[in-house]
This record gives sequence, structure tokens and C-alpha cells, in this order.
Amino acid sequence: MTSLSGPKTFFEKVWEQHAIVGLGDDTDLLQIDRLFLHDLSGSAAIRKLEASGRRPDSNAQVFAVIDHLVSSRPGRGPDETGSRGGGELIRDMRRLSRDYGITFFDSNDALQGIVHVVSPELGIALPGVTLVCGDSHTCTVGGVGALAWGIGASECEHVLATQTLPQVRPKTMRVNLEGELQTGVYAKDIILFLIGVIGANGGIGYAVEFAGPVIRSMPVEGRMTICNMAVEFQAKYGFVPPDDVTLAYLRGRPYAPEGEAWERAVAHWRSLSTDPDAAFDREVTINCSQIEPQVTWGTSPQQVVGIGGRIPLPEEIGDAGARDMSQRALDYIQLQAGRPIAGVPIDFAYIGSCTNARLSDLRAAADVLRGRKVADGIQAVCVPGSESVRAAAEAEGLHTVFLEAGFEWHQAACAMCSSGAADRVGGKRVISTTNRNFEGRQGPGTRTHLASPATVAASAIAGAIADVRQLVG
Amino acid sequence: MESFTRITAIAAPLMRINIDTDQIVPGKELVRVRSEGYAASLFASWRYIGEREPNPEFILNIAPWNRAQILLADRNFGCGSSREAAPMALRAWGFRAVIAPSFGGIFYNNCFRNGLLPVELAIEDVEAIASLVMASNGSRQVSVDLDAGRVSAADRTWSFDVPATLREMLLKGLDQIDLTLSRMEQIARFRERDRQVRPWAYEVARVRA
Repeated sequence: MTSLSGPKTFFEKVWEQHAIVGLGDDTDLLQIDRLFLHDLSGSAAIRKLEASGRRPDSNAQVFAVIDHLVSSRPGRGPDETGSRGGGELIRDMRRLSRDYGITFFDSNDALQGIVHVVSPELGIALPGVTLVCGDSHTCTVGGVGALAWGIGASECEHVLATQTLPQVRPKTMRVNLEGELQTGVYAKDIILFLIGVIGANGGIGYAVEFAGPVIRSMPVEGRMTICNMAVEFQAKYGFVPPDDVTLAYLRGRPYAPEGEAWERAVAHWRSLSTDPDAAFDREVTINCSQIEPQVTWGTSPQQVVGIGGRIPLPEEIGDAGARDMSQRALDYIQLQAGRPIAGVPIDFAYIGSCTNARLSDLRAAADVLRGRKVADGIQAVCVPGSESVRAAAEAEGLHTVFLEAGFEWHQAACAMCSSGAADRVGGKRVISTTNRNFEGRQGPGTRTHLASPATVAASAIAGAIADVRQLVG
Repeated sequence: MESFTRITAIAAPLMRINIDTDQIVPGKELVRVRSEGYAASLFASWRYIGEREPNPEFILNIAPWNRAQILLADRNFGCGSSREAAPMALRAWGFRAVIAPSFGGIFYNNCFRNGLLPVELAIEDVEAIASLVMASNGSRQVSVDLDAGRVSAADRTWSFDVPATLREMLLKGLDQIDLTLSRMEQIARFRERDRQVRPWAYEVARVRA
């Protein structure tokens, strides 16, 4: 399918390499290289397949992990769950993975963790592969240059049965991240700022390449934080084409190719870079030098403000839909328009999720927490993104920093990002490193403020939303 | 797969932007082995007060909107998680179509595999339809015709587009997996070539037993 004519973007090259046949009207039947299943949506897909009497087409390309429903409690049992009925789904996923010969990471496996943390960490997500999962944050692994996106359970069934998927080809957008990050400002602040600029619907119908000097000098883990939230502005696909940073990250990972196969793969991956004159349907440029730490104030990630800023007044919001939503959001979040975001008292601080629970995130938070204490009356929890991350953090003593500061130190799970511990955060105001501040997302009545791990740590110490720059640098 | 050709029905306006799938079906409603019974989960956080007591102010609890089969919403409807329970719950409650200026991409695809038609119209047009139905207190019905690609209400009509493969699938109630399986020879030829270029994509290391 690959045409030789003209310069191409990374996305065009990868898409065309996977297009088996055009189905008309911009729809292609795509080869799918990796399918990842998790306990919340995975067993439904397999049961659909079973009900139709079909078998997996290529179980060697299918992986499964327990992450959404398993408890993060230290010393947890294999089926222990924070969600009523969760144990049954965990056991279901375990049994079905075994029955169908799917590579499975159980809840007590040393390699277990949140699916999007595990898949690049193990080298299952690779540059230029198509990787799908019944989870919208699958775009996270675009951070290693995979073309990865979230799908529904029926689409999962389609992939299981055929290892292909028909998809409408999206338009292309490039987000150029220029300038230089200031002290106390991280990948999370960039992506929140971007969503504030282009809106929670700004990426509908686009595949987004993140580019520019800030991306090129950013480690893979930060790139994954940025790609993770591509779907929060409704780009199903977000990615950073592979470069030396990517290759250094992936070399030697358990499921990555080795030896001669690695060298061959590297040569192929290098050919995927966006050609110098390739055109995008839309380009957005962000000057990262102007970004301060970001915190959301509402119930959509687009409702975000710099830590030195204040919640906008309704009359300052030009768009009628956004103005209407801001009133609804303020009623839910129980804050007044016009007040500064800094100083809002919090009940709970959470560090975790596929957005911000990799080793570099825990280090950034620990740098703020070292020698300090969480404010009285504040509950603070850290849930590493994978058991490998937890082991690495413990090897360098980070758990001691968290524990001495007054944080709880948990085992890897999706936990309090997706109402997995709703009883603990219900009705509370939480500052959180997660990706969604939707109404009720973390629990009934929970008011979520999204921020970076460093900002969450600084706020935990202050007992209120705080400017981390006053503690670091 | 359930098909959709055309319907004429009550259309309920829920004119908000960014109605996310956590609102359509809250996360706690998802933890279940069976896929039946999602009708009760639809908009659970907005529809109920306390333990499943109907919120008298929520539009879908108010006649005649409680019999609506078409939902009207503002942009970015169905943003958020990939949960297929979102279109399943809308369908189970009785909706056959959602009309909005734009949809979350994963949700949009999921609709077609659950007998639900997402219709994209400009916000001015959705607002015009919402005004018509509100002015008539719901007695003015709305028609959605997928075959013709047309929405009509009173004496007005609006055209909409749907990607051809998805349109065909929904019109005929086709099983996309069967369609793909009928192409397996062509797929095998593609893989034979692709495997030469990208062997690592196919030969996954067997790290675990």
C-alpha cells in the first residue's frame, strides 16, 4: 500500500504499512500487531468471542494484565478488590487467558502493573507497531513511537478473531513544543496547558504527533505522560516518532527484539521519522517557556489554570457551551469563579495512574517530599504504576521518603483513578496526578484537581493547592 | 448486529458540551460479568438521587422525554473512556440515535456495533431542532433517516454524513467480523510480505512459559 511519492509523516508511513486493504471512504482494514486486554474490559471481549464460537486468530500477539479491579493495598491477595464484583472479573480474566493461551500478568506477578505502564516497560509496545486495548489511554504508549489507540469491547473481539481492525483514517496534527521548561514545570503541565488552549474536543478526528525541541530532549517517560492525555483532547492517537532516546529506553526490554533482530528493527524504525517537508492537516505551536505549573479547577481537563492564576469568571469565557459548562462545573466542584486556584484546601493527595506513576514521576514527588511532612488531616497515597516501578523505587529508597513524609505506599493498580477506592475519596477534594477530573470519576461527589506529581506533593505538604516552585529550584 | 434504517420519535435535548462516558455510565456500574441491564445505569449520577430514587429535575425522568428515542447534545458527546457500556446503556434505555456537533472517537465507533446511530450536525442545527422540540413540549417528533442521510423535523431537513463502511454495517446489521473473515486469504498474503519486513511484529518473544 505504501506509495513512493512525496514526503510523508510518521503517521502516514505507519498507517500505510498496516493497511491491508482499502474499504472505501477513508476506511482501511489494518493489521494489528499487539492486543492488550485488562480485567475490566478484557474478559467481556473474550466472552463475546466464545459466544460466537470463534477462536483467537493469533494469541501470540495478545497480552492480558490485572490492573483496574485489583486492590492496591500492600500485601493484597490475588483477587482482592476495591470494587464490588471485581473478584469475579479478575478470576474470569485469569481463566480465559489460560484457556486461550494469552500471555498473562497476574495480580501477584512481579511484572504486573497498569497496562500502559507495563506494555512499554516490557518492550511489548514498540515503535511503528499498531497496539490496541479496550482502554482509552492506550495512546500513552505512543510515547515509544507505537501507533496505539483505545477501542471498545466489540472492536477487541474483532481483533481477537482476526488480528485486524477496520478504522477510518484520521487527519494529522503536529503539536510543536518550543522553548524551554521552567523549574517546577513538567510534562503534565505541558499537556494540561495544551488542552486548556485547544479545548477538550480540539483533537477530534486527528492523529497527533508531538514534536519540537522540548519533546526531543524529554525522556520517554515524560513523552508517555504527554501522549497519555492526547485522548483528553479527543485525539485517539498521540505519539512521538522514535529517536535515540526511544531506542536507548527500549534496548534490552524483555519482549523487545534482540541481537540481529534488534538491529534490523532499529533500521526500520529510523525510516519512520516524519520527512522534513511532510505536511500536516493542522499545526499547533506552544511556547513552553511561558508555562507555569498547571491545576484544573473544573470537571473537564480543559478547565485548567496556571498556579498563579484564578478561576475565570463566566463573562471571561467567550464560548457559550464552555460558559454553561463552567457554571455546572463550579457548582459540582464547590468553588467560586474569580478566586485564585492556589490556596484551595484539599482533603486528599493522590500520586498514581497511567499518566504519572512511572519512576521519574515518583522521583519528582520524592524530591519535594524529602525532609517534609504531609499537612495534618490530609490523606496522601502513592500507587506506583507497576510492580517493576515499585521495586525500582524501593531499591533507591523512595518508599522511605514517601512513608516518612506521611504518604501511604501501595502496590501497582489503577486504584483511585477509576473509582477503585471510591469509599476513601467519595465527597472529598483530591489533588491528583491522574488524567480525568470528570464528575464522580474518582468516587461519588469526589472533586478532582489534576496536576503534576511535584505539584501534588507540594499541595500535600501545604494542605492546599500550592506552587511547587516555592519548594524546589 | 442490530440494524438501523430510519426512525421518527421524540427527541430529548441534553444540550451540554463534553458529556463524558463517566456520566453516560459511571465507573461503578461497569464491574459486572453480564452485559444485560445497562438501561438502569444510564446517566446514573444525574438521573438518580441517593439510592436509585429518580431525580425529578432530570429531563429523562420527565414525560414525554422519558419516551425519547433520539438524544440531542452539544459537542464532544461520549468523550472519555472506551467503555462500550456507554452506547449499550443508551440503546438499552431506548435511544436509537444521538445528534450532536461532534463525538468522542472511540464512542463513535462503539455506537455502530450496538445499533445506535451517532449523527453529526452543526451546533446551530442541533439547537434549531432542540428549539423545535422544546417549543412543542416534545410533541414535535424528529425523523432520522440513515439511508437518505437526513434528519427532518417540522418542515426542515438537515443532511449528515457517515463513513461508508460504518453506514453499510448499520443499515444492513452486518457482522464486521464475518466480513473480515471472508478476506482471510488476502490478509494472509499481506502478512507474508509484511513478515519479511517486520518479523518482530509477528514473532513475539516467549519470555513466560
